[in-house]
Amino acid sequence: MSTYIIRRLLGIIPLLFGITVVSFFIIRLAPGKPVAVEQSLNPRVSPELRLRLEKQFGLDKPLHVQYLIWMKQIVRLDFGRSYIDSRPVMEKIAERIPLTLGLNLAALVLIFLIAVPLGVRSAIKADSAFDHSVTFLSFLFFAAPTFWLALLFMQFFSIQLGWFPISGLTSLDFEYFSAWGKAGDSIRHLFLPVFVAAIGGFAGLTRYMRSNMIEALRQPYIATARAKGLPESAVLYSHALRNALLPVVTILGLSIPGLLGGSVIFESIFALPGIGRLFYEAVMTRDYPLIMAEVVITAVLTMLGNLIADISYACVDPRISYKER
Amino acid sequence: MTNYFAYLNLKRLPALLVVFLLAVILPIVRAAWGFAQEPDRGDAIVSGSIADASTLIPILASDSASSEVCGLLYNGLVKYDKDLQLVGDLAESWEIQDEGLTIVFHLRRNVVWHDGRPFTARDVEFTYQKLIDPQVRTPYGGDFERVKALEVPDEFTVRVTYKEAFAPALSSWGMPILPRHVLEKEDLNTTRFARQPIGLGPYRFKSWKTQEKIELISNPAYFEHQPFIDRAIYRVIPDVSTIFLELQTQGLDSAGLTPLQFTRQTDTAFFKTHYRKFRLPSFTYVYLGYNLDHPFFRDKKVRQALNHAVDKDEIIRIVHLGLGTVCTGPFIPGSWAYNDRVKPAAFAPALARQLLAEAGWRDTDADGWLDKEGKPFSFTVITNQGNEERIRSAEIIQRRLKEIGVEMKIKVLEWSVFIHQFVNKRKFEAVILGWSLPREPDNFDIWHSSKTREGEFNFVGYSNPEVDTALVEARKIFDPEKRKIYYQRVHQLLYEDQPYMFLYVPDSLSVLHNRFRGVKPAPAGIGYNFIDWWVEKSRQRYRLTP
Repeated sequence: MSTYIIRRLLGIIPLLFGITVVSFFIIRLAPGKPVAVEQSLNPRVSPELRLRLEKQFGLDKPLHVQYLIWMKQIVRLDFGRSYIDSRPVMEKIAERIPLTLGLNLAALVLIFLIAVPLGVRSAIKADSAFDHSVTFLSFLFFAAPTFWLALLFMQFFSIQLGWFPISGLTSLDFEYFSAWGKAGDSIRHLFLPVFVAAIGGFAGLTRYMRSNMIEALRQPYIATARAKGLPESAVLYSHALRNALLPVVTILGLSIPGLLGGSVIFESIFALPGIGRLFYEAVMTRDYPLIMAEVVITAVLTMLGNLIADISYACVDPRISYKER
Repeated sequence: MTNYFAYLNLKRLPALLVVFLLAVILPIVRAAWGFAQEPDRGDAIVSGSIADASTLIPILASDSASSEVCGLLYNGLVKYDKDLQLVGDLAESWEIQDEGLTIVFHLRRNVVWHDGRPFTARDVEFTYQKLIDPQVRTPYGGDFERVKALEVPDEFTVRVTYKEAFAPALSSWGMPILPRHVLEKEDLNTTRFARQPIGLGPYRFKSWKTQEKIELISNPAYFEHQPFIDRAIYRVIPDVSTIFLELQTQGLDSAGLTPLQFTRQTDTAFFKTHYRKFRLPSFTYVYLGYNLDHPFFRDKKVRQALNHAVDKDEIIRIVHLGLGTVCTGPFIPGSWAYNDRVKPAAFAPALARQLLAEAGWRDTDADGWLDKEGKPFSFTVITNQGNEERIRSAEIIQRRLKEIGVEMKIKVLEWSVFIHQFVNKRKFEAVILGWSLPREPDNFDIWHSSKTREGEFNFVGYSNPEVDTALVEARKIFDPEKRKIYYQRVHQLLYEDQPYMFLYVPDSLSVLHNRFRGVKPAPAGIGYNFIDWWVEKSRQRYRLTP
């Protein structure tokens, strides 16, 4: 097992190299240039200053030289400074991670808490009124645009009922609250975002869970289990469900890179300082160091996610093993 | 004895009257005028902003969010007052000597930085050195490279000598001054100071949470007086719909509105009880610029014809719901440089068609489009993505031009591509864009015929020797009364030449919680006397420390 893991980890290196080469060149060859100082087309900014800045950023050098310089920094884990505010790129990303990660984890947990029982129940009662209404609702929420749902919920829960704040992370007097007050305040602020994020995501997983469960219930070993007189709950939950859950592990692994991903629209509506807006703005302003850091992070997380999914397969499914033959 | 008494009584009568006046009538009068009591201290103002600041070092900031926050943290030597007149700020007074070659500033003596150290002429010298340092990434070096020498004869005098007389120089000293003692040994591009600034303005920096909020606290030692409102908080809310919902729970005290929100959605009882709406000119204008090297647009008559073919009032009515004014030139309407005698051209499609016919454009093949020498009059206008107002204006112009037989196609481009591949390289036929209208009217970089290299701002390729001369001459004269003759002439010539089809000056629409008192709209807007705003104790919503 451990040799397998080491082999996979080593395999990441050439793959990562390839990904960075391709994305580096695509981003540089795309039309447009960094727009740090001329966001507003400012007549006070002379063309000389722009040339001077390009020189300071090293953008006047040939592309392959720029790549080598970047690579040299990367191996020392130095991702450079942003063109926009000259802050270290890693510092800019790091300050966004806790919120993005926390929000996505909370939403993921909520999604599983809703989707797994709903899917299982729909499968057991396939084609019942319950099943149909779950199907209807999942498709409805899946199809509804997040920003629209978010605005509706804000209007209803925040303005009409006054239960939750509309946007932001904390109240203005947050620093003067007690520890409990702070916790309560954070939960109140994060409730709507997590809820809206989960509502868009649970639909897919519910459908997935339902079809897996139906598939599992059709298997001969379920008939055998029933035939040998096991109670129905044991048949459903220890035989069918365990097998139906196996593919879900893959989904968990694949959602790891997503944990650090963000959505521009979602973060804008709730005024949350997440990672999605950071990278959207980086792309719009051609903030190359920041874009490349994001590419590297996403690539590494995706590959690690795949690896973790493969390993956990072996753990939960005795039929799969990565032993050296 | 009785006499004496009577005498006393008579003698006292005027005094009694005065006392009576002071005690009874004056408060009534004062109450009616709205300044019944001494301003109360306390409370906070929470403003919504769609973008976060990028740096709080004002000489590096080129975005409006950063500049707005810096405006409360720092001061310059001069500033524009409520009537857009240049007055002293950190400089108590100044003299212009040697026919405009030298400006001597006399600084205020009672000013201290937020850390308690005194402000001196050395800070001005330091800021100047940073502005002209090629290593510092400041966009504002240009105006200061004209300085021949900056001397500090004593701690409170700054003597600036220019290579040649340069009138815009005076307003360039509105540039906020930085503290030398804090920044002397720092690299300005990367210093932590950008996120923990020390200024000398009416507010001190308290905290900055990226993309969330920036909080400032009133400065008790501010040289004018301590502001009455304790805290100024800027909340970053990128979405205008969310800003609007926040207003509905009184979560924000001040925010900008869209024309639709201003006219239709804020007419409710709730908004009338809690907020005050403001409609002020925005100091920007929107235009359609022609590439004057393009064969279609070389002829002035064609450009004048197109100007007659488009109804600007219609654009304002549809795109801005009537909240704006027709633009006739690149100066602030009503300011001293603005020429009132330039009247907007009438909307007259028949006249437009006649002018085009005189220029040789006729519909010879009867296909509905004008043509000349076998070429149909068809061109493409480009504009940037994300600005709905410009795109909608383009659509209205497109329809009006179609009516006179001119085809205009619209292409919308992402900002970075739009600027670098098209505008800077002058690869366009026509472009819809906007300029801001600075308080200093010098327009040299936009209209002088020398400013047409790649990346410069006369990208339409305008060249009129008379405008060139006027722009150069106007820069040498400090007296607005004499200077305005040149700018008013420039205004007139530009409208005649039509290098741009000047479209409109949109109104800036905003809303402010009505608990704030002392707000007095003026040509400069409402923010100019922010330190005098206050809230009655009973209506205050936020406390400094519970």
